[in-house]
Amino acid sequence: MGYFLQQLINGLTLGMIYGLIALGYTMVYGIIGMINFAHGEIYMIGAFLAVIGFTVLGLLGISYVPVALLIVLFTAMLFTAVYGWTLERVAYRPLRSAPRLAPLISAIGASIFFQNYVQLAQGARVKPIAPVISGGYTVFEEGGFTVQLSYVQILIWLLTLALMVAFALLIQRTSLGRAQRACEQDRAMASLVGIDVNRTISLTFVIGATLAAVAGVMVTLYYGVVDFYIGFLAGIKAFTAAVLGGIGSLPGAMLGGLILGLVEAFWSAYFSVEYKDVAAFTILVLVLIFKPSGLLGRPEVEKV
Amino acid sequence: MSALLTVEHLSMRFGGLLAIDDLCFAADERRITAIIGPNGAGKTTVFNCLTGFYRPDVGRLTLHRPQGPLYLERLDGYRIAQAGVARTFQNIRLFPAMSVLENLIVAQHNVLMRASGYSVAGLFGAARFRRAEAEAIEFARSWLERVDLVERADSPAGSLPYGAQRRLEIARAMCTRPRLLCLDEPAAGLNPRESAELTALLRSVRDREGIGVLLIEHDMSVVMGISDHIIVLDYGKKIADGTPEQVRHDPNVIRAYLGEAEHEALPAEIAADLRRDDRPT
Repeated sequence: MGYFLQQLINGLTLGMIYGLIALGYTMVYGIIGMINFAHGEIYMIGAFLAVIGFTVLGLLGISYVPVALLIVLFTAMLFTAVYGWTLERVAYRPLRSAPRLAPLISAIGASIFFQNYVQLAQGARVKPIAPVISGGYTVFEEGGFTVQLSYVQILIWLLTLALMVAFALLIQRTSLGRAQRACEQDRAMASLVGIDVNRTISLTFVIGATLAAVAGVMVTLYYGVVDFYIGFLAGIKAFTAAVLGGIGSLPGAMLGGLILGLVEAFWSAYFSVEYKDVAAFTILVLVLIFKPSGLLGRPEVEKV
Repeated sequence: MSALLTVEHLSMRFGGLLAIDDLCFAADERRITAIIGPNGAGKTTVFNCLTGFYRPDVGRLTLHRPQGPLYLERLDGYRIAQAGVARTFQNIRLFPAMSVLENLIVAQHNVLMRASGYSVAGLFGAARFRRAEAEAIEFARSWLERVDLVERADSPAGSLPYGAQRRLEIARAMCTRPRLLCLDEPAAGLNPRESAELTALLRSVRDREGIGVLLIEHDMSVVMGISDHIIVLDYGKKIADGTPEQVRHDPNVIRAYLGEAEHEALPAEIAADLRRDDRPT
């Protein structure tokens, strides 16, 4: 029971991180119908920015955790926003009316570029940071097994939930959100009611990138290590989460992330840690075969 | 009565096909100008040039405004919309997953975007944005009343019956607060009663809002009934330009619709009806 509870906590935490990254995938897919395979690298850059940020703040002697955390979060979001914007500008916008394969290849190219760029700039070795937030609550104890809910996990939950609420409000209530939904449904028509489609698409990339940055910072806090390669796997898993939830559906991305996180946690706990990726990608295969529209996605309606 | 839009020497070529050939015309404020012509005459291409879908090969499209002329052929589509040219489509293009009301609010995007400080203030519910949004909703409601869709305000736009979708599309175009409204076959697929309502709506738009209306239409009863001015195209060339009365009796027009001499006695409306029967649908 205790073991189960602990895995549930771990799985939810992991799931929220996947969910945050998956939002970026699903948003971009919704608006331009393309999978941004370089999105995982944006997350990786966010994680690196966190390492750099905390290290620099440590050197400057700013060690009060809430302040340090806020500074790191904002700088990471700011920088990844620039990366996201540039990525769209350089790798996707010139190919917007090209055949679908072209932007896909361009996305994979951008992804490889970012990995190598970070590897060159930061070195290939794993970068550790000293734990910034340590400790936690003991939820309960049973026969010598303690179920821990760490402060980092609580932070991840709260931050993710807050971002989800803010994000839902942005999409539902603001005119930017409305413009995004309009572009999703009919891009040409959106421009005919005076919406700047290019800017809306740019902002979509920027928002997706900042969410990925938050996920990157959280992961750095959670695991304490990053390397230039983490974006690949996390990206593909978040993509799996987005597909599982129904690509294009925002609540679906979050739900898919949570399910994937839980499956991974329980699989590692009860079967084998080595094969947890197999579990994750088996889901991807099964969903694509049996329910390609995902859990919350709308099935593709044939246009007459 | 001043010209709102002048089109000068517009030409558009697709490969070997000259879709529009040196077209010149003007559309005035407070008047309904119709563009008619057989299929493939280039009517929709004119609209596509006006609204930024195509870049014309040659020609100048000028929108006259109090603050000075604006050359539409140089602008991006959304800038043209912001400058006050609104458009509807032959095959209706609403935002089907949005509610009816939301379709009208998204059309007021630019007003709201400015008021909301590009959504930052909107996210935090600033008073200025809430006021602007309340005004936008009010304006949208007034249009829902005019097109008789108040009860359907919260239904998804895609679920409306055909005729209602057409009216909503016009209301949405009007919510962008245009100076020139371009309608591409607004009466297509409407029954006679709906056509009559449409006619009344277009008249009220002309008289109450005082804007210019540019109309492509095949239904001759609609065209002859409401147009102040008609331009006839055939193979991309203007073959007639004048009042409905002048155009109806123009031998060039009759020939374009019916081919050579033998049918010359038929009036243009019957000609158009005949033409419509063999139109591919």
